[in-house]
Amino acid sequence: MTERLLLSGDEAVALGALHAGVRLGTGYPGTPSTEILEEFDRLGGRAQWSPNEKVALEVGIGSAFGGARTLVTMKHVGLNVAADALFTATYTDVEGGLVIVSADDPGMASSQNEQDNRHFARAAGAPMLEPSCSQEAYDFTRLAFDLSERWKIPVILRLTTRICHAKTVITPQPPVQGLREPSFRRDIPARVMIPAFAKPAHHRLRAKLAAIAEWNEAQGPLRIDEPERAADSPAKAGSPQGRQGRAPLGIVASGVAAVHAREAAPDARQLTIGLTWPLPLERIRAFADGVDRLLVIEEGDPLLVESLRGAGIGAEGKPEMYRFGELNVARVRRIIAGDRTPEPAPPVGKPPELCPGCSHRGVFEVLRDLDCIVAGDIGCYTLGVLPPFSAMDTCVCMGASIGVGLGLRHILPEEQARRVVSVIGDSTFVHSGLTGLAEMVYNPPPTGHVVLIVDNGTTAMTGQQEHPGTGRALDRSPTEQIRFEVVAEAMGVQNIHIVDAPRSGQTGAQQLEQLLRTLLAKSETSLVIAREPCVLAAPKIRLYEKAAAELRQPSSCAADIAD
Amino acid sequence: MAFVKNIVIAGLGGQGIVKASDILADAALRAGFDVKKSELHGMSQRGGSVTSDVRYGERVLSPMVPPGEADVLLVLEETQVAINRPLLAADGVLIGPDIIAPGALRNRKSLNVAMLGALSAVLELPETAWVQAIHANLAEKLHALNEQSFALGRDAAVKGAVGQ
Ligand SMILES: Cc1ncc(C[n+]2csc(CCOP(=O)(O)OP(=O)(O)O)c2C)c(N)n1
Ligand code: SF4
Repeated sequence: MTERLLLSGDEAVALGALHAGVRLGTGYPGTPSTEILEEFDRLGGRAQWSPNEKVALEVGIGSAFGGARTLVTMKHVGLNVAADALFTATYTDVEGGLVIVSADDPGMASSQNEQDNRHFARAAGAPMLEPSCSQEAYDFTRLAFDLSERWKIPVILRLTTRICHAKTVITPQPPVQGLREPSFRRDIPARVMIPAFAKPAHHRLRAKLAAIAEWNEAQGPLRIDEPERAADSPAKAGSPQGRQGRAPLGIVASGVAAVHAREAAPDARQLTIGLTWPLPLERIRAFADGVDRLLVIEEGDPLLVESLRGAGIGAEGKPEMYRFGELNVARVRRIIAGDRTPEPAPPVGKPPELCPGCSHRGVFEVLRDLDCIVAGDIGCYTLGVLPPFSAMDTCVCMGASIGVGLGLRHILPEEQARRVVSVIGDSTFVHSGLTGLAEMVYNPPPTGHVVLIVDNGTTAMTGQQEHPGTGRALDRSPTEQIRFEVVAEAMGVQNIHIVDAPRSGQTGAQQLEQLLRTLLAKSETSLVIAREPCVLAAPKIRLYEKAAAELRQPSSCAADIAD
Repeated sequence: MAFVKNIVIAGLGGQGIVKASDILADAALRAGFDVKKSELHGMSQRGGSVTSDVRYGERVLSPMVPPGEADVLLVLEETQVAINRPLLAADGVLIGPDIIAPGALRNRKSLNVAMLGALSAVLELPETAWVQAIHANLAEKLHALNEQSFALGRDAAVKGAVGQ
């Protein structure tokens, strides 16, 4: 019997990457993408967390220039951070396949926005594949590498939360064989994007996209489901008459919306597109000619429908109210019916809150009691915004706490400016707080500023990943540790303090409170690092540290001898 | 559409909802069905509401159970019964945590598997599929305890004539 596995989309991408011969996986954690690299590592692949998505993509570009198949993973907002690299990487010729996973989060199960990253394919000129289940996540990962290598272009694999985290059945294929070994081949005009080379490179990019569109028309991954007139006569489905006859309703869809649509409208004829950029417009046009009503079912922005209309294909989209949130079968039924009446409110469950004993609790009690104006950031500690703390005033994107805090300090009247504190997590600080610190030293506000790193020794929010501040790599093996206090001192921050994060409602609070009072009264730049491991991660951190200590023992002896 | 069985498992973070749905989905896979399961997870923090959808049958399309179409709603925490009830079909079966007598479990942590035992009384999945799925999804040292809990839940459901 063929092997049947029940895998999440993330696991399927990891397996697909392994079977596609990926030599290096890079990324930065972010729900719902995080499990891809963790699984790739578990399967024996080489995977590493970068400080942020931009660096992850740059490492990936280098690896692909060197001839290795490379996977780069991130959540949707991560691609904003990596966008600078992406928009020029598409001009270059990659040698090994380069596949970038963008895991979008329509409905914002765990994100600060629900941006639709299909825009990036169009804007950056990158082909995009969108699987509708784990089998396709596996197949499309492999296909993405083939396309990327054939046209020497980075390819985006766009997943969404329901693809990443839903488990569906897959049958894997044998791994690829005979990939060439990485080796440097000089190709200056294809990889050095100065204007003289970038101008022809842009023309080459458009030619590549045209060729890929042609391939998509001829043999791209696309499925047509015929109307299932009656559940009890499946023989009719796909019969020659069915195929040739006109269908009253034709649906065009992609991604998870395609399976919702198929379930909601089994009596429609449905075209499901796999390679959604560049689009197979002629195949869609031919499909449109055979149906009376052509309806586009897409989650998020009305991108597909606008592309079809732009190509002169008369397609109907969804009412604006369905731009927001995820789609599901019930919502697709409403779209088909043109129902614009208010939707039933989904059940309101108990919202998440900081774990009992979480080290962030004591910190936010102090910030609340001091009535600070808190420029906040993203991580578990963002929950400091909720009662009983209500001690966060801004939260925009990772790293923004420092810049936003500085902006407030520059502009507010002095008595308010003196209450502003930037609060940022340890992983977030490495991700995008370092440049904020440089800004603070370079353009200090008249009242100075206070940055507070809530250092719980892990990337807790996304499930406890390592980062350059923990001293451990993705696979938990020891590596060099970046020490924030040393960095801050080298940058020229005037006051640097390390304290234990106070236990909720306990004496440590007085120490932190006193320290913050003192620093807020000064007109200097200050960094406070409040340390206490995340309670969920602490037992594991102790295990990793023990393992690392055992590992160090013999090797440090060897080093002594070598010295 | 061909037959599809819809189950929603609900409770609070930390109760092992996702683990329970993994075991159920694995049991259905072992029984030869097409399976999809889906839940929203991502927040590390404990204590928020969690639901997980499992669907199996000849061919499953959407990974989410449409509201009002759950054949079975399995709820591990009393406070979560009311908010999730709208997910249940008119003729669906609700199995609440009261099916397991207080103090009956040797270890309260295995409530999720005991509830699966109760669920097994209303689903037609072979017992071997359940046992294999429990073994495949839990560490070996937990097998005996969880098999006991599973049996306890199953007995409770049979005696209580759930779904009759
Ligand atoms: C650009 C971007 N990448 C990734 C994420 C996902 N994400 C949100 S917060 C966070 C890091 C949280 O770690 P840390 O700052 O250490 O705070 P903790 O959760 O440990 O309190 C990550 C990876 C994001 N929101 N934006
Ligand atoms: S996971 Fe860790 S950091 Fe997040 S709320 Fe729980 S204890 Fe706090």
